[in-house]
Amino acid sequence: MIDTPDKLYQLAEKLNKEKKASTRILISMGTCGVAAGGAPVVEAFKNEVAARKLESAVELVETGCMGLCHCEPSIEVINTIDGASVIYGDVKPDQAGAILDAASGTAVGSRVINRTWYYPEDEENTAGAIQARIVLRNCGRINPERLNDYIARSGYQALAKVLTGMKPHEVILEVIESGLRGRGGGGFPTGKKWSFAAAQETPVKYLICNADEGDPGAFMDRAVLEGDPHSVLEAMAIGGYAIGAHTGFIYIRAEYPLAIQRLHIAIKQAEEAGLLGKNIMGTGFDFTIELKYGAGAFVCGEETALIHSIEGMRGEPTFKPPFPAVSGLWKAPTVVNNVETFANLAAIFRKGPAWFKRIGSANSPGTKVFALAGKVDKVGLVEVPMGTPLKDIIFGLGNGIKYGKQFKAVQTGGPSGGCIRADKIDTPIDYEALIGLGSMMGSGGMIVLDEDDCMVNIAKFFLQFTLDESCGKCTPCRIGNTRLYEMLETICNGNGTQDTLVKLKTLSNIIKDTALCGLGQTSPNPVLSTMANFPEEYQAHIKDHKCPAGACKSLISFVINDNCVGCTLCARNCPVSCIAGERKGKHVIDQNICIKCGVCYQTCKFHAIDRN
Amino acid sequence: MTCQCQNHEELNLLEQFPEKKVQLESYLDSLPLSDDREKNRSFLIQSLHKAQNIFGYLPESVQLFVSGKLKLHLAEVYGVISFYHYFTTIPVGKYKINVCTGTACFVKGSGAVLDELKRYLNIEEGETSKDKKFSLGGLRCVGACSLAPVVMVNEKVYGNVTSKMVPEIISECK
Repeated sequence: MIDTPDKLYQLAEKLNKEKKASTRILISMGTCGVAAGGAPVVEAFKNEVAARKLESAVELVETGCMGLCHCEPSIEVINTIDGASVIYGDVKPDQAGAILDAASGTAVGSRVINRTWYYPEDEENTAGAIQARIVLRNCGRINPERLNDYIARSGYQALAKVLTGMKPHEVILEVIESGLRGRGGGGFPTGKKWSFAAAQETPVKYLICNADEGDPGAFMDRAVLEGDPHSVLEAMAIGGYAIGAHTGFIYIRAEYPLAIQRLHIAIKQAEEAGLLGKNIMGTGFDFTIELKYGAGAFVCGEETALIHSIEGMRGEPTFKPPFPAVSGLWKAPTVVNNVETFANLAAIFRKGPAWFKRIGSANSPGTKVFALAGKVDKVGLVEVPMGTPLKDIIFGLGNGIKYGKQFKAVQTGGPSGGCIRADKIDTPIDYEALIGLGSMMGSGGMIVLDEDDCMVNIAKFFLQFTLDESCGKCTPCRIGNTRLYEMLETICNGNGTQDTLVKLKTLSNIIKDTALCGLGQTSPNPVLSTMANFPEEYQAHIKDHKCPAGACKSLISFVINDNCVGCTLCARNCPVSCIAGERKGKHVIDQNICIKCGVCYQTCKFHAIDRN
Repeated sequence: MTCQCQNHEELNLLEQFPEKKVQLESYLDSLPLSDDREKNRSFLIQSLHKAQNIFGYLPESVQLFVSGKLKLHLAEVYGVISFYHYFTTIPVGKYKINVCTGTACFVKGSGAVLDELKRYLNIEEGETSKDKKFSLGGLRCVGACSLAPVVMVNEKVYGNVTSKMVPEIISECK
């Protein structure tokens, strides 16, 4: 039981002095690691360690996501005596023995990942690396199910500092001073939000962590919750102290079972240790945290909708003002912050706002986590200082486009964002710069697109998402977006006219101006940004009835050319059997039956199929 | 929105599975419920999660049972169920086949995979096959973007799926 802050510091010191095993093997066991086959790898290492009787020399640690999605399952082997470490990717269970035997060097036959791609050892010293880790500082480093791992890495010391040496208004001033802005996408200054709630003189207030990560293609929050749940709990207690709340809720998607499980464990451990609950660390401050589950509604990421969902109602947004900081959950002042925002706070209090401001750009201090995915070679979860050029992320960390294709655009901000052209990728990313390019920061999805992606089709994809997720409360969003979608479909089918484009733009602007909540107001962004940045593609669909990227099915056809040798491979693979022809003779595709799935195009080894 | 009347014809699930009813009842009784409907309401979503976990879906008999315990109107309970994608009022198949609808999977061709699954199983998205063996649906980003496009069959993840892998995936569902 940690009933004084001193005991916390003493425990951390003791843990760091303890004799460690000479080799520490970190195995990435986030959802992605598990999906890629992490569990058998852990099993193999356990068996090999037991077979070699290395239990006291080798420590196996199951960690959260390391961010190396492109080579999961990934492991890191650390020599705790000299500090040297090697990262292995694409680890197979049968490589465990070889990796153990070569602990200090490099195991033959396995894939070693270049350390410079990864992250710097020291979060304060980021020189020479593109990445900097504040939010993800413990992800992939500690066992998220062991409280002592977190405490050994200065865990809960920020809370101890706040509770023993700072008044609530000083805490808020420090957050304002750091310049931290909401990482959920909007970028509202966190300290300011807290000050609004703190100014309300009511006995009951609430603090909510928004973990309803619904953006398609974004999984930063999940990585934090799975890899370092205590960092969020610690920050919530700090926030509760600052605004005068004693109850916190984490609103989390039911689709994140592993994150839920780890949060439950973390809350229980922290309560048992006296770091949450009644009389935290003997300071007299009470703060409890409860989990509330979402049920698959993207609109619940919007704070008023989220609050209604916690209240047990349909997750429909309501008009602001009153802002939740004045009247939120059960009409009490409520602050809603995103997971990533919280994950920054402990470091800010331990190292000071001046340290935080040195990282990132002037208007947007700190770092941002991005889920880098799409057509990029090295898919991964990356954290970079604000102000890093897009190019460094896509080509420096992502290693450019897969299969040597042409880079076309990058999509940020999910369904509320837009597509940025290839010629703009020298732009340093921060909140304002991205808005200037017609996109937005969003929660951190970064999807790289190549020459095969049709921008009209991408806009249609995001609108389809908005249509599915619109709560239906306000007309501009419910009906306006449906009409936008229909117009995009007309264009994708080759039936669009110049008039369609005019209407598309007019209606988009109307929806932006009139929709009730953030979801509706930003839903036309993918349309407007692709229209502004890729007008030639819209024109190609309308004037030439062609889809330059070959993605819109109505505008393409597959035809077999004279290269065909009659190998019958395409005919055997065609799911609708629409390819006819004699063996060793040229085949023909029946255009009336063809569903344009492209299987023949992909399977042909003789370049005998043209996509027109 | 399709009509849900077929639910009236089915057997009452609570009568059919008394042990499941006990399980749900003991969970609901463990909640600090009172006569205050507004307070009870905040337990509604977690109660529905529990009920769907136990029964697999939320037919009218289960909705009525939950609404009675929480002292809420059936219409309020149904209103919540129909709002959230996670809840379903129709039975799901033995194999839940879900195609990831994340952006990364989309740009890598999840649409073609979904089309092929629809064609192969002869059901639409959100439907269950007549023999109750397969349900087809979309799935939010599972974060396995390096494996895109991703298809999940119950808990199993298939990565880098192409439409021609569909028959193979289905044949593994015995």
